[in-house]
Amino acid sequence: MRNIFLFIRRYFNLILFLLLQGFSIYLIIHYSNYHKAIFSETANQLTGKVNDKYSQVEYYFQLKKTNDFLLKANTQLYNKLKANFQFPDTTSNFLIDSIKVDSMERFRKYRYYAAKVVYNSVAAQNNFIVLSRGSANNIKEGMGIIDINSGVVGIVTEANAEFAVVMSLLHKDSHLSGKLLKGGETGTLNWDGKTPNIISLNGIAKNAKVAIGDTVISSGYSTSIPKGMMMGIVQEVKSDKSTNNFLIKFKSSANFYNLEYVYAIDNSQTESIKIILEKVKQKTQ
Amino acid sequence: MNSLVKNIIRFSLFILVQIFILDKIHLHQMITPYIYFLFIIWLPFRLGHTQQLLIAFALGFTIDSFRHHPGFHTAACLLIAYIRPLLINLFNPQEFADSNYEEPSIKSMGGILPYIIFIGVLTFIHHGWLFLLEAWQFGDIWYFLVKTLLSTVLSLLLILITELLFTRQQKFRTNTV
Repeated sequence: MRNIFLFIRRYFNLILFLLLQGFSIYLIIHYSNYHKAIFSETANQLTGKVNDKYSQVEYYFQLKKTNDFLLKANTQLYNKLKANFQFPDTTSNFLIDSIKVDSMERFRKYRYYAAKVVYNSVAAQNNFIVLSRGSANNIKEGMGIIDINSGVVGIVTEANAEFAVVMSLLHKDSHLSGKLLKGGETGTLNWDGKTPNIISLNGIAKNAKVAIGDTVISSGYSTSIPKGMMMGIVQEVKSDKSTNNFLIKFKSSANFYNLEYVYAIDNSQTESIKIILEKVKQKTQ
Repeated sequence: MNSLVKNIIRFSLFILVQIFILDKIHLHQMITPYIYFLFIIWLPFRLGHTQQLLIAFALGFTIDSFRHHPGFHTAACLLIAYIRPLLINLFNPQEFADSNYEEPSIKSMGGILPYIIFIGVLTFIHHGWLFLLEAWQFGDIWYFLVKTLLSTVLSLLLILITELLFTRQQKFRTNTV
């Protein structure tokens, strides 16, 4: 017994070092569980406030750029207005809509919420973005995030009352599904952790026709991001010798270096889809 | 100034500089400058080994909470905090038993060369361990090696500039020399 105490006293620092080192490696590996439990609540409160103050300062330096972006986004929206399109004059029989209730509201599937980016990183191997709005402003876990030019940015992984943390496309666990606009083939997005803004699209079979300059859009297979959101433009196509797939790399349309404002997309059908999936899972078990 | 107050100010300054200046510089994907761990290198000589480990843990954990993925910097900081006292003993085994200086600096390490080697080794270990933990998940050895070397060089340059810009007043601990 005495020897054990002597041993501990002698190598106390080594033991402490190994324990703490083990703890931090445990954090790296079991990141998501731990993150959910403690990190979002305490760390987000603190670091979020500091980030918020900083971004207020930084905001003034980017006013011009923000203005340009908003102008561009506005132009795009104006171009989508119904008033811009004239219908061909073939409606010979004129029908009067007799329903007085505004029935459109019920069919609204997606709702967009604007949010400001207060923290953003591209240099790490797992990058996160922090938004200045949280569950108090309708931002929930699992919502998709797009930038102001409707380029996909990522998915909300964590939201408390004031802030929301977004796992950006530049994260090793980020596996959204993407689609080639031309052929419609669907693959999975993956980031190799090296060059920001360059993302690979895996799982496209070799019979697909892919060329440099093709557009990659979101597939709409998840509840977070609607179909047809711009993801990027193909930059490199190689055929993988070991599998029957292409190795495709594309440049993301969202520029992760200078995100200022983003939109969070709320899908009103998320809940009902979840319920159905749960039911199916219960049946199969 | 009191050493404790000085170190608390230093702690927060290093974190703010790292998070809000150096992390915003996107030089190249291979080169990520880090400077915050200079806080650990500059800790007083007389601080106990255990305290150094705990301080390093706090520093790494704070940086990690800003980067939203806990563990990486904590692990790297702990490693250099554990190695630092051993390195100090290795560099100057005789003089530091009753050292006249408070913290490691060019003067107290006895010349610019030993100081650069001392800092260089710790920087290399810090970056190496940090990028190794990150690269583990991606598994590319060449990428890891080149990134570590380039980043170490840049961080060393930054540290030397810091050292030149902010000359630290080195107080004698005793008058009996």
